[in-house]
Amino acid sequence: MDLGEINPVLLVASLMVAATPLLLAAIGELVVEKAGVLNLGVEGMMIVGAISGFAISVETGSPWLGFIAAAVGGAVLSLLFVLLTQVALANQVASGLALTLFGLGFSALMGQSYVGVKPPDMGEIHIPVISDIPVIGPILFQHDPILYVGIALTTAVWATLKYSRVGLILRAVGENHDAAHALGYKVIKIRIMAILFGGACAGLGGAYISLIRVPQWTEGMTAGVGWIALALVVFASWKPWRALLGAYLFGGITVLQLNLQAAGVAIPVEYLAMSPYIITILVLVILSADKSSAPASLGRTFHASH
Amino acid sequence: MTTPLLSLQGLTKAYPGVVANDQVSFDIGEGEVHALLGENGAGKSTLVKMIYGLVKPDSGTMLLRGQVFAPPEPRAARADGIAMVFQHFSLFDALNVAENIALGMENPPPMGDLASRIREVSETYGLPLDPYRTVGDLSAGERQRVEIIRCLLQDPKLLIMDEPTSVLTPQEVEILFETLNKLRSEGTSILYISHKLEEIRTLCDHATILRLGKNVGACIPAETSARDMAEMMVGSTLQTPERSGREFGDVALDVSGLSVPSPSEFGTALKNVHMTVRKGEVLGIGGVAGNGQDELLGVLSGEIPTAADAIKFNGQPIGKLGPTARRKLGVLTAPEERLGHAAAPDMSLTENALLTGSVREGLESNGFMKWSETKNFAERIIGAFDVRTPGPDNAARSLSGGNLQKFVIGREVLQSPDVLVVNQPTWGVDAAAAAAIRQAILDLAAKGTAVVCISQDLDELMEISDSFAALNEGRLSAPRETTGLTVDEIGLMMGGAHGMEVAHV
Repeated sequence: MDLGEINPVLLVASLMVAATPLLLAAIGELVVEKAGVLNLGVEGMMIVGAISGFAISVETGSPWLGFIAAAVGGAVLSLLFVLLTQVALANQVASGLALTLFGLGFSALMGQSYVGVKPPDMGEIHIPVISDIPVIGPILFQHDPILYVGIALTTAVWATLKYSRVGLILRAVGENHDAAHALGYKVIKIRIMAILFGGACAGLGGAYISLIRVPQWTEGMTAGVGWIALALVVFASWKPWRALLGAYLFGGITVLQLNLQAAGVAIPVEYLAMSPYIITILVLVILSADKSSAPASLGRTFHASH
Repeated sequence: MTTPLLSLQGLTKAYPGVVANDQVSFDIGEGEVHALLGENGAGKSTLVKMIYGLVKPDSGTMLLRGQVFAPPEPRAARADGIAMVFQHFSLFDALNVAENIALGMENPPPMGDLASRIREVSETYGLPLDPYRTVGDLSAGERQRVEIIRCLLQDPKLLIMDEPTSVLTPQEVEILFETLNKLRSEGTSILYISHKLEEIRTLCDHATILRLGKNVGACIPAETSARDMAEMMVGSTLQTPERSGREFGDVALDVSGLSVPSPSEFGTALKNVHMTVRKGEVLGIGGVAGNGQDELLGVLSGEIPTAADAIKFNGQPIGKLGPTARRKLGVLTAPEERLGHAAAPDMSLTENALLTGSVREGLESNGFMKWSETKNFAERIIGAFDVRTPGPDNAARSLSGGNLQKFVIGREVLQSPDVLVVNQPTWGVDAAAAAAIRQAILDLAAKGTAVVCISQDLDELMEISDSFAALNEGRLSAPRETTGLTVDEIGLMMGGAHGMEVAHV
């Protein structure tokens, strides 16, 4: 066992990479749930985003086009959810589960010819001067651009929900759709926009795994990140910064336990492997002990007749 | 003659199977308080929804100051100066006062400016309100202020108010009327919907009466008696509940030193409640909503267990018994919330009859249900209480509020209880149905049942109860005989106008 082999700077830098897919998916789902919709199809939208992004960036040679395709792919799949829950007024839980199963199967079909292919490299942003600062530079300023997109998105979602009128209307729709309707807001339209946003974010998160974190395509490679994102939204009490904290905590412990395994620590591998889940849940449960609660209309179907 | 502010001409709106409004016409003048009267289902809500742009009329026209007015959505109606204070469904509990108000405005100013405008307007009209409080923590009266201020900030020409006083104490009603009179003197017209005829007589200039979707008459409320207006609404002669002189028997229900915390986060704990109800007595419990009514009902029904000795039935401690055990003994309850608490909305009336009736009516044997007996029981309720429904197989949700209320009360009354506790027995029920329900309660008492009636309708309590007590912040005042009690005294027992500021502490 040699703990000295673990480089703290690399550890922190890689935890941000490990956390980003989770963060992107969780922020998208947070917006969806704030609008009062429970979309359990995050995992399905992520994996479809992963293969859409992978395929397009391999075909075009541009990771940027790949990420755009991933967002579109995730959003297109969420359109299916829109159709089921907002137009046909189907049950949201069942529709979300169906979306995940469909996404996993459909992505496997789309990805058959991409197994073993290497995607183009996105490269890292090296901002002159600040990225050369020792310790801080490699941790904060030597990453791929999408990682910064994730943080920027968190900031934007937080500010929009808290300060803008659009955010207020979105929260109002999630809180009491009947009242929002009575005041003349288009509940269904607002929810559709939120679901599409959530789909696009999940797609980005999936593509981050297939293009940057792992860079390759394997069936089912999102491996449950979508489900963790769903849990994260709840344990983060629907607050963007807590979702970021939770994602980084989860990413951090994942990376740390891998390092510990590599260093040969005398803890059984099973305990190390479960540690990210347990610690993330514990910390967020303690944080969520305040009185903030779920949007009151979460998961309820809105029908405008009354 | 001057052009009226709003003129409705032949408005008609039909839904599948029912004509909600049939050729309704009337005018609302500038600076006039116009009452819209009618029983439940008379089409009042549909009519105001058309004015507010939530529903489009099938035919007929509206003229606003002589111009054709056909708002495609509430936003357009608001832009034309129509504002509405809703009866339900229009506040967001998790948001604060300022955010709630901003949602009802077209172009809200930045939050800081809005907050200071809210303070300014609320003080001008005598409705103090803190813009940064969370709406979920406010009392019913304060919530209504939020809605009124939301309307006032838009400088409305016509303010529509749907049953505004049903949740207020008498003192709060006075404050509201002062505000409305002030608005009228500034030239704002008000369309006022209410069941409470005495209020309409003191406040309104004109009244239009709807029955079954048709305009059946108009009157000047100050010159018409409440009874005449009620009979125009109902279309037949009204029965006033009769209370025969009764002898009270022994104490049936004895509550002493009862203190329990509230099971819900926004609820009120009960603090040292004492009361006794004799056989044949009706005890009325008044008070503004949210002062412990739900908790009191929960404690008496057995949903909230307490110390065994805190509640005694015929001298026997029952505080620890659950609802089914109490039903077996003869202590029955009918809670306030019709859909969800008193009845399961998506289950049929037969199934709902079984839910509380199985013990006393013997509707199950060895764990199996006796469907035919249950159906008979449901049909008996429907027949005895004139519940308007195609049959007992219909879902509870499909009944109108008043009909379902008759069913829910009838279900308990027909089980001939020894003690009956009802919460808001006639809430949202039209005059004829309310009279029937009150009569049923009085008949039950005449047969020797001890009745506890929790209600926010003071007229109702004065009409049926023998003694009166008020709940304020979870404390019950000492019961007093109803005869000779004045409105001021009742107001003081309820905590007065200031009570609402602290009602949720």
